[in-house]
Amino acid sequence: MRRLSRTRTALLAALALLAAPFAHAIAPTRMPTPALQARYERLIHGFRCMQCQDESLANSPVSLAADMRRQIRQMLLAGKTDQQIRNFFVARYGYFILFKPPFVAKTAWLWLAPGVLLAIGAVSAAWVIRRRAALVGPEDTDEDESLDDGLLGPGKHS
Amino acid sequence: MIPELGQFALILALLLAGLQALFGIAGPALGRDRWTAAVVPAVAGQFVMVATAMGCLVTSFIDNDFTVRYVAENSNSALPLFYRVAGVWGAHSGSLLLWIFLLACWTLAAAFGTLRLPRNFAARVLGVLGAVSFGFLLYTVVTSNPFLRLDPPWADGMGLNPLLQDPGLAAHPPLLYTGYVGLSVAFAFAGAALLEGRLDREWARWTRPWATSAWAFLTCGIALGSWWAYYTLGWGGFWFWDPVENASFMPWLMGTALIHSLAVTEKRGLFKSWTLLLAVLGFSLSLVGTFLVRSGVLISVHSFVSSPGRGEFLLTFLGIMIGAALALYAWRAPKMQSEAGFELSARESFLLFNNILLVTACGTVFAGEMAPIISNALGLGKLSVGPPYFDPTFLISMLPLLALVPLGMHARWKRGGFGDRGRTLLIVLAASALIGCAAAFGLYTGAGVLSAVGMTLGVWIIISSLIDPIARLRRRIAIPRAVLGMTIAHIGLGIFVFALTSVQGFTAEQDVAMRTGMSAPDGGYSFQFQGTQPVHGPDYGGVEARVIVTRDGKPVAVMYPQKRTYWVQHMIITHSAIFINHGSNILVALGQDLGDGRWSFRLQVRPLVLYIWIAALIMAAGGIIAITDRRYRIAQSAAEEEASAALAGGEAR
Amino acid sequence: MIRYFIPLGVLVVVVVLLALGIHQAPRKDLVPSPLIGKPAPSFALPSLTDPAKQVTSASLRGHWYLFNVWGTWCVSCHIEEPELLAIAHTGLVPLIGLDWKDSRSQAISYLRQKGNPYQQIAFDPGGLEAIHWGVYGAPETFLVNPQGIIVYKYIGPITPHAWTHDILPRLPAGQTVRGS
Repeated sequence: MRRLSRTRTALLAALALLAAPFAHAIAPTRMPTPALQARYERLIHGFRCMQCQDESLANSPVSLAADMRRQIRQMLLAGKTDQQIRNFFVARYGYFILFKPPFVAKTAWLWLAPGVLLAIGAVSAAWVIRRRAALVGPEDTDEDESLDDGLLGPGKHS
Repeated sequence: MIPELGQFALILALLLAGLQALFGIAGPALGRDRWTAAVVPAVAGQFVMVATAMGCLVTSFIDNDFTVRYVAENSNSALPLFYRVAGVWGAHSGSLLLWIFLLACWTLAAAFGTLRLPRNFAARVLGVLGAVSFGFLLYTVVTSNPFLRLDPPWADGMGLNPLLQDPGLAAHPPLLYTGYVGLSVAFAFAGAALLEGRLDREWARWTRPWATSAWAFLTCGIALGSWWAYYTLGWGGFWFWDPVENASFMPWLMGTALIHSLAVTEKRGLFKSWTLLLAVLGFSLSLVGTFLVRSGVLISVHSFVSSPGRGEFLLTFLGIMIGAALALYAWRAPKMQSEAGFELSARESFLLFNNILLVTACGTVFAGEMAPIISNALGLGKLSVGPPYFDPTFLISMLPLLALVPLGMHARWKRGGFGDRGRTLLIVLAASALIGCAAAFGLYTGAGVLSAVGMTLGVWIIISSLIDPIARLRRRIAIPRAVLGMTIAHIGLGIFVFALTSVQGFTAEQDVAMRTGMSAPDGGYSFQFQGTQPVHGPDYGGVEARVIVTRDGKPVAVMYPQKRTYWVQHMIITHSAIFINHGSNILVALGQDLGDGRWSFRLQVRPLVLYIWIAALIMAAGGIIAITDRRYRIAQSAAEEEASAALAGGEAR
Repeated sequence: MIRYFIPLGVLVVVVVLLALGIHQAPRKDLVPSPLIGKPAPSFALPSLTDPAKQVTSASLRGHWYLFNVWGTWCVSCHIEEPELLAIAHTGLVPLIGLDWKDSRSQAISYLRQKGNPYQQIAFDPGGLEAIHWGVYGAPETFLVNPQGIIVYKYIGPITPHAWTHDILPRLPAGQTVRGS
């Protein structure tokens, strides 16, 4: 039962909430060596199934995904590198097909975001703590009863 | 007749919510006591109307009233009663009504919970909640009315999406929404403080139970969703960094930051404006999540079908609501300064790190979530952001966060330091590293450094959480509920980290083809395929395979993975078989018929995966225990005294 | 204090981006092809109608053509069939078909029944050729110029509107079908 058309996608979308329903195991592929098998597995997990809502080639039962897996297998057997295989698909389908966004001018901000956020956080923390540490007066003692919720050292209780 | 009644109730609820917002916000502002006094009746009325509307929709589903479009689209006469009820929230309009119903429940609870708080403050809280209800009710009535009739009616309904015909999923939206919506109460408390322009430690004490309970529900909801995805989506994954999962995860991260920040505000009167901001952002993110799921801007396995007007409406509502709150924040927050101090090694500092790291993590997820939308919107081409982005970037903030948890738990307030806990902590850290490495390299083969680090962190958090309770037990000192709750939640976190590391590092998974009688090994087990037989369900038919699982020649389980065809929807669904053996989940999914007696299977052995969900439940339980602490009840009676004093001779306690 | 306005600023930016996102949402299912402006893949495939013959990209050089990916299993392709016949009838540009993941006998009887708009049809039962064209559903239609460069890609069934507004303006005036 091949149903690859866009109408299918639309129909599925119309079925509300979940639109990746053909979840069943994929016809297994055996590569000649464990190393190739591992590369194959890694590759098929990294590509998006173009007809599905949010699935990798590894988990997609649609026949286009099967064709793509076959293509990947053939390229691996022909001695292509992972990067060559990725480039092959990106050249035809665009970066959309990769679950890992590339580090290029247009997407650099995405990869830099976590670091930048963390740096902003670190600077703010340093600023806040410096300011607050200066506010700790000599009258502030460790024996501030109101602060003890009992989690302090045993000194309080022994 | 019943759908019309529901529709009528919905419109009345809209009007009452509008009054609730008007009285609650304008009453105290203009000093009109009669307005202020009318808020609680408006809340009660709105609740009754929303409950009526909800009851009408449920009745239409139970009665198979296919003259109602929403019922016809999401139910079917062959559907068992249980799923007919669950079908209410099976699609957009009904789930929105569920959302509104839960909001009405929370509002009612907040009305009771704030009875003893100062009158004006309580009215403002309910007023803000009224504004939220008003927005959602208007949204439902204008764009997503579930009571629209069909003319002519259909002979039978289209049925419920088979993937949703599952007890786990039936319970998932109510739980998740309870958490989502619960954040609106914390938001309303923040809104009331902003409207009043005053925030003290009492405020934090009043807000904490609400924030914590919403967080606990959210935790359970996310865990249940993940469990559901694991066993119904058929291929044994439990977290995909799917846009919709992220939409529920972001408010959770923000909520987690909020409950920690509230602790500092309550104890020290510090981080006031920051806590307010977190309360606003937590709810904002649940609104943004709702928008993302329902507006059709993203591609996800879970998203609802969208129609154009819905997105615009939600975005406008979101912009007005959050914009107003943040504008108020920009105006009021600078005046909410505190002059209290603390040292670098004080608990305040660690909670600050906690907040910064959680917000960074949330920001990272948000960046990944928004990137495809931004890229598309700015014409930079289409982009996918999946696990290869989220996994590593999320760890950047999570690893330090987890490492710091035990230090934060044992640092002293204000002047800092660990007292004589310092040595104990060092010993625990060394022991954890030993146990972690032993577990990673000893129990499993092929462990990586990250596995050892993850297991060490998990053990480090679990053991150090126990230091204080053990010390108390030895000295026969009572453990306050708040401390007990925190301890339990942190132990849950430790178990979670340990289990997740184990699953990530040591899952064995493969797709195999087997002929009847053939066996395949996976993860130390052997799987023998013994043939297929037909199965018949109420609204589906299909095949079922018999697979015998053995370990070292000894039988472990007989498993029956199914492949079902749902007639009504013409959908083929894999119903995988799961067996739990010594903490490992064995999953067998039946794939395609490859011809001449061969079938494809997915075999998966995930060690400790069950503990991921159990750990989440433990965390949630910790939260619930913490809010039963005496201090919150005392806080309320104290506030009551203050309130009655203000009323000059109000009722005595 | 300016820093208290930062959250409001962030909100404005996010709302604007989301508003643009809604605007783009109806087209979110269409993935733009990176092949536009690039040479069409070179291929040599058996002809659907005559297995002994080949359809090759080399033989298509030197004139404009529409490369249409279809299959008898594809419901949307049935919808676009009348428009394809109309396009063929104008004689402005030849249609080259790629019968994708189909059975030969079914395809031939389908064309016999409905009429054949194609000048040549390449047969791709295995589906690998379509991957070279970046096809992710059917129907998809590519407009290729005489230098063998893909000028335009249309995703979904071609409508009269798409023909007059999207494809026709891209063809040079006075273009007519040349035999091959």
